Amino acid sequence: MTSHEKRQYLFDNPRNTGLLVRGLLLVCAILVALDILLHRHVSHPWENLFGFYALFGFVACVLLVLLAKEMRKLVMRDADYYDELPGAHVRERTEQAEGGDRGRDRV
Amino acid sequence: MCELSPVLPLYLGALLAAFLRGRPRALVMLGAPLLGALGLAALEPGTATSATLFGLGLAPVRVDGLSLLFALLFHLAAFIGVIYALHVKDPLQDVAALAYAGSAVGAVFAGDLLTLFVYWELLAVTSAILVFARRTERARGAGMRYLTIQVGSGVLLLAGAMVHADGGQGLRFEHIGLGAPGGWLIFLAFGIKSAFPLLHNWLTDAYPESTPTGTVFLSAFTTKVAIYALARGFAGTEALIYIGALMTCFPIFFAVIENDLRRVLAYSLINQLGFMVVGIGIGTELALNGAVAHAFNDVLFKGLLLMSMGAVLHVTGEMRGSELGGLYKRMPKTAILCMVGAASISAFPLFSGFVSKSMVLSAVVTEGYQGVWLALLFASAGVFHHAGIKIPFFAFFAHDSRFVATAHEPPINMLVAMAIAAVLCVAIGSYPTALYAMLPWQMNYSPYDVSHVITQLQLLAFSALAFTWLKLSGIYPPELRSVNLDAEWIYRRLLPDGIQRLCAWTAPMVAQVRTKAEITLSHGIHALARHHGEHGILARNWPTGSMVIWVAALLAFSLVLYYV
Repeated sequence: MTSHEKRQYLFDNPRNTGLLVRGLLLVCAILVALDILLHRHVSHPWENLFGFYALFGFVACVLLVLLAKEMRKLVMRDADYYDELPGAHVRERTEQAEGGDRGRDRV
Repeated sequence: MCELSPVLPLYLGALLAAFLRGRPRALVMLGAPLLGALGLAALEPGTATSATLFGLGLAPVRVDGLSLLFALLFHLAAFIGVIYALHVKDPLQDVAALAYAGSAVGAVFAGDLLTLFVYWELLAVTSAILVFARRTERARGAGMRYLTIQVGSGVLLLAGAMVHADGGQGLRFEHIGLGAPGGWLIFLAFGIKSAFPLLHNWLTDAYPESTPTGTVFLSAFTTKVAIYALARGFAGTEALIYIGALMTCFPIFFAVIENDLRRVLAYSLINQLGFMVVGIGIGTELALNGAVAHAFNDVLFKGLLLMSMGAVLHVTGEMRGSELGGLYKRMPKTAILCMVGAASISAFPLFSGFVSKSMVLSAVVTEGYQGVWLALLFASAGVFHHAGIKIPFFAFFAHDSRFVATAHEPPINMLVAMAIAAVLCVAIGSYPTALYAMLPWQMNYSPYDVSHVITQLQLLAFSALAFTWLKLSGIYPPELRSVNLDAEWIYRRLLPDGIQRLCAWTAPMVAQVRTKAEITLSHGIHALARHHGEHGILARNWPTGSMVIWVAALLAFSLVLYYV
């Protein structure tokens, strides 16, 4: 148990996280560079744009997250929103009363 | 046996599983899908059994390439699911799971709408049991809503089938189209089970409430039967292209902000169904093959993702992203298997999603639906974002949760099931020819060319970059304990609230009417009592003597009459 707690895991070291991020940046750079070297075949006019897919992927995801974040203001409710059904308080009171009755029965 | 009915091995297995316990039951559970799959080899494509009911021709079993492919897929899914659930000692779930798989197989072999309806409803009932089997108050509520909607879909199908037959089209289940009599009803029935927008919430409501093992079965069958039915009945229906495009896009927004990780996957399932629906809507051979192949792959990679989340739920008892994290330290094998599923759903080259999703995208752009193509591209980036990164990141990485101290790898059978799915994901992705050879339509397509691989990698790498940037800069919305309103709000909140308000509003009037009615009634009762009551004139006891006098009087009267 204690050996587990003391053990350093891969991402406990911030250096490794940094390496991962730098690795991703490098991969991105290489992929965009390939856009210059290779001639892609094109079926949609926008594909002619340099780095279209890279740009599209990045912008799409940022837009997705920003819009979803805004959407939270509109649709987010407490975790028990649906649990507090209409009339739940009434039912709760009845159940309490019934519980009380049962209690009396036992006495 | 299998020539008579390919569902028999699974149904008999379910029956036996109800009476057996322990090792014999495990053997039956494993044997049934294997035996069923072997039986498929004996089926001859192009054959059908026939029967007649009230003069209408039925075909309880119709065998062709499309139904065989789906039947094989369902046996495979059942086999993996059974291995995944071997540690569960709950006969109810075992019986329901096999019967559910059997119903799915029966549905894809149904050659007429009536047989399809029977299996359609059996799917509803058997799958609902897997939701109820969680045995929580939430699961009970979600299960009831699920069952209502699923049975409703069956009722629509039956109504559509009757109108269809009444219109002189017979009951044979071939291409229907929206213009056919009853076409819209059947379309809607299929649409509910395929989780069309606004009809989709049964899926995101019920699937995440099922047991860790139940959800794996649920994700495999119902929606894929619906995709099969759409491909058979409504291929080339243009409306499906736009419906499908909407299905790929809107759920990813919910998936980004959803906290329950299995619900994130439920939204992602709708997104994947969207790609299939678009393919069916396009209706060319490439597009239909793409839809069917993507259904095949989705069962495997979505199953794998749900299995990995089920393993986390099994070990920690927790599924909320806000409470999980850091589990790679204790569940490294599960984490790796989860990431294989994530790579497959994100359509990384060499993983299964890549070889099937690209068929749909190619078909869309070839047919000139440029706007839809952009929507699908957006959805593809979004899939990677919410299913490919979010699921593994928040469960296994992010911050260290309280479960890091106690978590451990799940039971070996769970790992084996996940490993089988993972191997299949990589195998199909790396060697798609085997899957392509099984596809029902002729085509000439190769997913691996330089342009395609490079563009897909660019899309994915920059999506990952966007996630990294948003996360590091703190813009990314944190996981919060919350519920997000969706179309289900209408029947979970608006209608119940509305009915309650209506009751409250009409209560004084109802009370007034009741009081008036009571007064009128009591007046009536009083009047009755006055005549018939205890002292009422009509209820008085008459002495015998008075009767004799009256008889005497009557006799005297008749005597008088006689003389007159």
